[in-house]
Amino acid sequence: MKILVVDDERDIQTLFEQRFRKEIKEKSMEFAFAFSGEEALTYLNLHEHETVLILSDINMPGMSGLELLRQIKEKYLKPPPVVMIITAYGDAESFDKAKQLGADDFLTKPVDFTYLKEKFKQS
Amino acid sequence: MSLSVAPLVVSLIVTNRIRKYVRTSILKHWEQPLKYALFLSVMLFAAEVIFSETEVIKWVWHAYLIAIIVFALKQDELRLLRMFIVAFIPFELFSLLGDLTQLINDSFFKDHENYFNNATGFSFFWMAAILYSQNRQFKAAEKERIKRQHEDELNRAIAIRKVELEVLVAERTSELTEQKEELENALDELRATQTQLIQSEKMASLGELTAGIAHEIQNPLNFVNNFSEVNAELIEEMQEEIEKGNMDEVKALAKDIADNEQKIKHHGKRADAIVKGMLQHSRSNSGIKEPTNINALADEYLRLAYHGLRAKDKSFNVTMETHFDKSIISVNIIPQDMGRAILNLITNAFYAVNEKNKLQRDIERSENRQGLPPYQPTVSLRTSRISPTKGVAGKVKISVRDNGNGIPQNALDKIFQPFFTTKPTGEGTGLGLSLSYDIVKAHGGELKVDTNEGQGAEFSIILPV
Ligand SMILES: Nc1ncnc2c1ncn2[C@@H]1O[C@H](COP(=O)(O)OP(=O)(O)O)[C@@H](O)[C@H]1O
Ligand SMILES: [Mg+2]
Repeated sequence: MKILVVDDERDIQTLFEQRFRKEIKEKSMEFAFAFSGEEALTYLNLHEHETVLILSDINMPGMSGLELLRQIKEKYLKPPPVVMIITAYGDAESFDKAKQLGADDFLTKPVDFTYLKEKFKQS
Repeated sequence: MSLSVAPLVVSLIVTNRIRKYVRTSILKHWEQPLKYALFLSVMLFAAEVIFSETEVIKWVWHAYLIAIIVFALKQDELRLLRMFIVAFIPFELFSLLGDLTQLINDSFFKDHENYFNNATGFSFFWMAAILYSQNRQFKAAEKERIKRQHEDELNRAIAIRKVELEVLVAERTSELTEQKEELENALDELRATQTQLIQSEKMASLGELTAGIAHEIQNPLNFVNNFSEVNAELIEEMQEEIEKGNMDEVKALAKDIADNEQKIKHHGKRADAIVKGMLQHSRSNSGIKEPTNINALADEYLRLAYHGLRAKDKSFNVTMETHFDKSIISVNIIPQDMGRAILNLITNAFYAVNEKNKLQRDIERSENRQGLPPYQPTVSLRTSRISPTKGVAGKVKISVRDNGNGIPQNALDKIFQPFFTTKPTGEGTGLGLSLSYDIVKAHGGELKVDTNEGQGAEFSIILPV
């Protein structure tokens, strides 16, 4: 299972690699990282069918997580990847917008990794 | 026997003359006694007429006249009349001599009577001549005196006027002093109000920043928490591996733990720096210039402003571009002040692109313009060097450019004025640019604006290095 994590904070990569080190070691999960919406789209163009789950921050300079979500849901239809949106502001407006654009889940920071692991396993 | 007309006339002239004199001077207290003297002269003459005792009263006349003459000559206060009084002496002497001669030797007197009469008559004329000339002199003196009196009066009037004027001037001066004090008080109040306004503008921008700051702190804190949780897990794992004696695995884990420790430290410091930055912003200004990394300062405020606006307006989105000239290491500035100036420019730029974005969205929706590239709000922050040219030292430029709607020509010369704002109440104080201008000016720099209506605006701070 391949997961693309999109966040402008570079240390997210180290954190995920450590948090999921067992899963990575067992090869039950595979992670890719993009540090902006644009970078994420470029990655998806190259690895369209490999990625099953995308985890994106909303709040990034340049293309926002919501715009990324919109483009993903528009362009990458078969099979549609699961998109989970993370935001620092747990506000209703972002939530509604994300839902409307077809987000599969909505998380607020700080991310609960145990919960996230459960979610990953479900999908 | 003839009546003593001459002594009467002489005595009247003398006493009257003295009376006139004392009346015009400070010797007014002499007037009354002199009136009695006049009265006495008249009484003497009347006595002569009534009692026909000319022989006896003749001697009284002599005594009386001599007394007046001697008395008047002796008075120091009458020294100005001396010449006048002396004029009577020959007459009195000759008439006395005549009368004495007649008394002692009547026949000798009868023989030489016409000599005596001539001498007396001559002395009488002499007296008249002197009196005449004296009178003229006296009149001239009197004229002079009156003239002087006029002058004195004039001078006194002038003096009075002067005093009045001085009083008036003093009044005016005190009025002016009062007015000056009032003005000074008003000025003080204005200054206090200004400080208050600056303070409240500062607090308003702090309010805008708080959300940004909270967000900025949230990320590093999440990292600190996450990495320390991960480390706890790793340590547990390491203990298991130690028991198994799996030393390679233990070493690998130890390295991970150490790396994570570094991350914790890094993000802890990051949060610390943000809090410090916030404190610096709210703290009253130290006013001390210090070498400051302009790039870091500008970047920090860009992020804070962005998150601040994001927290208020969830739909706000902007592309931020930064172009930092890495060769600019530090510039001597008051960091809190310059930070505020940069922050003002950034918040204005964000506001401008956000406004245009809202407008644009409405247009896009109403016209349903599919296919056209959507408006992408963009704010770019750039630092650059202006290399020194002949006679001009090198400078550093910090510019904030946006692709909002720009500034219309008619507003352009007003934007730096305090309280000029085109924003609705509650959204703009109109103090941002004027404060920024003052701050930049205090650093010996320039704040410039370049705008294209409908296209955007670029504000640049140019600082000497
Ligand atoms: N980047 C910009 N784009 C367009 N207009 C601007 C920009 N910056 C400033 N202005 C104009 O200048 C005015 C004064 O700005 P400022 O002194 O910061 O006060 P305020 O932001 O509180 O209105 C603003 O109301 C706006 O009309
Ligand atoms: Mg402003």
